[in-house]
Amino acid sequence: MEIHETPLPGVGTRYDFETSDGKQAGVVIHHTGRRELITFDRQDPDLCRDVVNLSEEEAETLAGLLGTARLKGPLKQLQQRIEGLTIDWIPILAGSTFADRPMGDTQARTKTGASIVAVVRGDEPFPSPRPDFVFKANDFVVAVGTTEGIRALGKILNG
Amino acid sequence: MHDMSIALIELGLVVLALGLLARIAHHFGLSPVPLYLLVGLAFGHGGVLPIVKSTEFIELAAEIGVILLLFLLGLEYSAEELVSSLKSNSPAGLFDFVANFTPGFVAGLLLGWSPITSVVLGGVTYVSSSGIVAKTLTDLGRIGNRETPTILSILVFEDLAMALYLPIVTGLLIGSGIGTTLRLVGVALATVCLILAVALRWGHRLSRLIGRPNDEVLLLLVMGTALLVAGFANALNVSAGVGAFLVGIALSGPVAHGAQQLLSPLRDLFAAVFFVFFGLQTNPSDIPPVFVVALALAIVTSLTKFGTGYLAARRAGIAKMGSKRAGAALIARGEFSVVIAGLSVAAGGEPGLGPLVAAYVMILAVSGPILTRFVGVRRTPAPEVAAPVSTRT
Repeated sequence: MEIHETPLPGVGTRYDFETSDGKQAGVVIHHTGRRELITFDRQDPDLCRDVVNLSEEEAETLAGLLGTARLKGPLKQLQQRIEGLTIDWIPILAGSTFADRPMGDTQARTKTGASIVAVVRGDEPFPSPRPDFVFKANDFVVAVGTTEGIRALGKILNG
Repeated sequence: MHDMSIALIELGLVVLALGLLARIAHHFGLSPVPLYLLVGLAFGHGGVLPIVKSTEFIELAAEIGVILLLFLLGLEYSAEELVSSLKSNSPAGLFDFVANFTPGFVAGLLLGWSPITSVVLGGVTYVSSSGIVAKTLTDLGRIGNRETPTILSILVFEDLAMALYLPIVTGLLIGSGIGTTLRLVGVALATVCLILAVALRWGHRLSRLIGRPNDEVLLLLVMGTALLVAGFANALNVSAGVGAFLVGIALSGPVAHGAQQLLSPLRDLFAAVFFVFFGLQTNPSDIPPVFVVALALAIVTSLTKFGTGYLAARRAGIAKMGSKRAGAALIARGEFSVVIAGLSVAAGGEPGLGPLVAAYVMILAVSGPILTRFVGVRRTPAPEVAAPVSTRT
């Protein structure tokens, strides 16, 4: 899938793409963390027809639903078993500074205390990735840590 | 009554009037700027309720308003955004300048004003209101539209152009004789380039130096830095606002984001006072004689702005409908036009300029967002977007 990235000076970044059935859609990521989910009009291709405003938290939840629904069941159990720990998956967006860079560059554990325990690429899991593991856009990082640590990690990866 | 009591009562009335009018503006989805100008007219010399005791404070508060207005604008941009935007959008930006500066400049000359005042009027007609435009696009849910990057990049170019234009005008207004004026302008431009270079090169260090303190500390540190640089910039005739704008560009990351949230309410208050101050200096009875001129200028520069946005969007590969929307979106003039005219008014320039600009901004700050709403919008079966004046293609 080809994703176009357009900078919006002073506002944020717009990512748009065409789905296989020909529908134009996209996401606007504001500097403030707000997200807009958009679809473009068929007759007037420059006009975004539907705008869904999402807070950072709502966007994360939606991303989870869309991206890794099949992991949802086991994860729920996992969360119940370990109190005080948060486990989360974080997508490496196409615009991330760490796409195509080794995991060690993120200094994730030093900076946030959170550990990256696995990376999921498409259907393929990479458990216990080493620091020289190279991220690709649209990878999902599975991380364990405190809630704040996980949030900070998300900011580092896609900030 | 004690002077202090009168001053406080006057301020209370002014701010209360601003609040009530802002509420009305908000209700109708309009920019509050023209209504703030009206408050200034009402409380000023020749108005219905002239204020006397709090003018000194209002004058200083107005200056802080300009500083905060430009500082927060600078905070919105990162240095990288500015550089990349400048690289890819210079042709559209230059066309925008020529097409929209010229009508104001020529109108000034036709009115028999000095070339310097005409340069000021050219600046007034040149800059779109990035505040009003961004607000309108957000309200209409058009941030994601494909023509929006074109609109935003023209606004970025204008904001950067202001960093050069404002010091030049300041130098022109206070310089007497070609020699001193050239020297003043030279020093001012050199200062801008120096601060800009420092901001681009070492801005992230300034942000890191400030670190991540709590809100109170961040507010005071950032506000202090902005005022200090603005003061020095003013001493070098760069215009205080431009100094603050450059500090805003230098700051980035969490510091910029935090400062933006903390300073926005302060900006709203002081900027509103700034618009009042501009209105205060204008006698309402001076407006009717210049209204027709203002209207004519507004019509001409609406068309030139529309053409600018339309052509820039077409060049960027946007279809006709989207290009029309881009053109209409840029029509609104607002805070910057008042800032530019305010420089001339403060320097005791041409007395006809204030009333003309007040009327001009009031016309375009209101009609710009309305035109944006209806131009380039296809009539659809959905009734809420169908509009009586929408154009069909």
